[in-house]
Amino acid sequence: MAATEQLVYERPHSLSETPNSYCPGCTHGVAHHLIAEVLDELNLRERTIGVAPVGCSVFAYNYFNMDFAEAAHGRAPAMATGLKRVQPGRIVFTYQGDGDLASIGMGEIVHAAGRGELITVIFINNANYGMTGGQMAPTTLPGQKTTSSPYGRDVETTGYPIRMAELLATLEGAAYVVRRSLHDPKNIRLAKKALRTAFEAQVRGLGFSMVELLSTCPTNWGLTPLEALKWLEQNMLPAYPLGDYKVAPALASARP
Amino acid sequence: MPRELLKGNEAMAEAAIRVGLEAYFGYPITPQTEILEWMARRMPELGRVFVQAESELGAVNMVYGAACTGARVMSSSSSPGVSLMMEGLSYIAGTELPVVLIDIMRGGPGLGNIAPSQGDYNQMVHGGGHGDYHPIVLAPATVQEAVDLTVEAFDLAEKYRNLVFVVADGNVGQIMEPAELPALREVKRATPEWALTGAEGRERRFLSSIYIDPVYEEVTNKRLQERWLDIQKNEVRFREYYLEDADLVVVGFGTAGRIALSAVRAARAEGIRAGLLRPVALSPYPYAAIDELAKRASAFLVVEMNAGQMLEDVQRAVAGRVPVDFYGRMGGMVPFPDEILDEIRRVARDPRALADPRVDWLKRLEKVLPH
Repeated sequence: MAATEQLVYERPHSLSETPNSYCPGCTHGVAHHLIAEVLDELNLRERTIGVAPVGCSVFAYNYFNMDFAEAAHGRAPAMATGLKRVQPGRIVFTYQGDGDLASIGMGEIVHAAGRGELITVIFINNANYGMTGGQMAPTTLPGQKTTSSPYGRDVETTGYPIRMAELLATLEGAAYVVRRSLHDPKNIRLAKKALRTAFEAQVRGLGFSMVELLSTCPTNWGLTPLEALKWLEQNMLPAYPLGDYKVAPALASARP
Repeated sequence: MPRELLKGNEAMAEAAIRVGLEAYFGYPITPQTEILEWMARRMPELGRVFVQAESELGAVNMVYGAACTGARVMSSSSSPGVSLMMEGLSYIAGTELPVVLIDIMRGGPGLGNIAPSQGDYNQMVHGGGHGDYHPIVLAPATVQEAVDLTVEAFDLAEKYRNLVFVVADGNVGQIMEPAELPALREVKRATPEWALTGAEGRERRFLSSIYIDPVYEEVTNKRLQERWLDIQKNEVRFREYYLEDADLVVVGFGTAGRIALSAVRAARAEGIRAGLLRPVALSPYPYAAIDELAKRASAFLVVEMNAGQMLEDVQRAVAGRVPVDFYGRMGGMVPFPDEILDEIRRVARDPRALADPRVDWLKRLEKVLPH
């Protein structure tokens, strides 16, 4: 009897062959992979245009196998707005870190969500600026040591973490805003489901969608990859509760 | 098309629409707001894209994104808003995208005021953003010219994959004059080989201003500079008035140039052999034309609505061969023809080679300013 071959997994077509430049143990690679799998499954690769940010994922355009633009620091949602408005039949997503989205790009992200732009935003929250070597971000936890908060983040002088999912969920233009985490397989699976729903929200024209992904930065946190996953679980989950902050009724009814 | 009585800002907006503008992104700022308002009404009516952005920073980056698709896109603003756009303009230049921006200049620096000015000359012509890039800069002096240059701006932007600025002082934006608009054209989306349209049945593309390896950044810079040499060769634009036998050459652009023309005519009536060179393109600048004039004229007078920003380009072309004098009004003040006529008389009577004509100019200005 001839053996039959069954393909159970393959490299997503939405990923390019280019080796990425992320540090060992960093969860950017996982996030890229999930996005690529979802775009493959929804058969959207050839219709999709990505917008890369400034930060560790500045080279994201090299790693995805689809059309890409590279934005100025923080401006990806504005650039995505331009791309989408003149090509409403295309799928447009941004991929942004916490310095990019929650600090220098705060104006652009809030107004893109407020306008209900039909774009999908993938927001990588790793509680620091990775690319420039681990400075304090708006998402840095109270007391957390970074190169620009060497004595630990002092909330008296530097304020408190900004919770983007909660903030954007207050806007009527947002159709789907959730927070997930990439620290273990179960949560990675949930993150993928959320990414799929976010892109579906765009396909169905329901409004702005964002998936915030809690991520690790072992290099700048000064931890091994495994310690970093543990640190995320112990320190970031309490500060950034996972959950669905905004789910448009049309999505809620479709996905019990 | 018939001639109609049109306001400069609205005429420029409608001209852009008629030559197939597909998307407009802008933010309100006086004295250009009529452009935004015109677009808000007309673009949706024609099924085209209008977005009022959250800021000029948002607007310029929306234009950046939309231009990545090969669509004909533009924004408009006024001086402080254009300052805020400089980041995006440098990125657009680095990504080599065709983008048109109208700047209706107002008094500055800072918040300044909403009166007409030419204080953006340096930031528009000599590049306000970082890095080596050269925009094409067109400076209309009448509503008709504003219409014609807006039309031309899109063709130039697409021909060279370059930024094109239409730079008009608030006077040109606000004045009403008879002008003829072009006929309404359908939107025709160009599909250049670089456009981001989704990688359907083809290799992926990306558009970026990042060249992390300096060698490739230098290759890109070289390409930009070579393109600029081409533009300098092909796109110099200026108007000459009474220059055939002119002994005194007045140089002024936009509204200052237009007022200077009245003064030149009055000077001619008095027997002074004055003429006017009005640069229509401020970039590329008509250096060669000024160089030729410097061989036969005995003096130059530069007139601007700023503190002598273009003066330095005229000085560069004249290169010390004959005196170059200066008269300007600043901060939103507009010179009267009589003021310029007085300056023409003065320079015609006593052309002086001054290291910096602005020293004496500031003293003369003292007399007309309130105390």
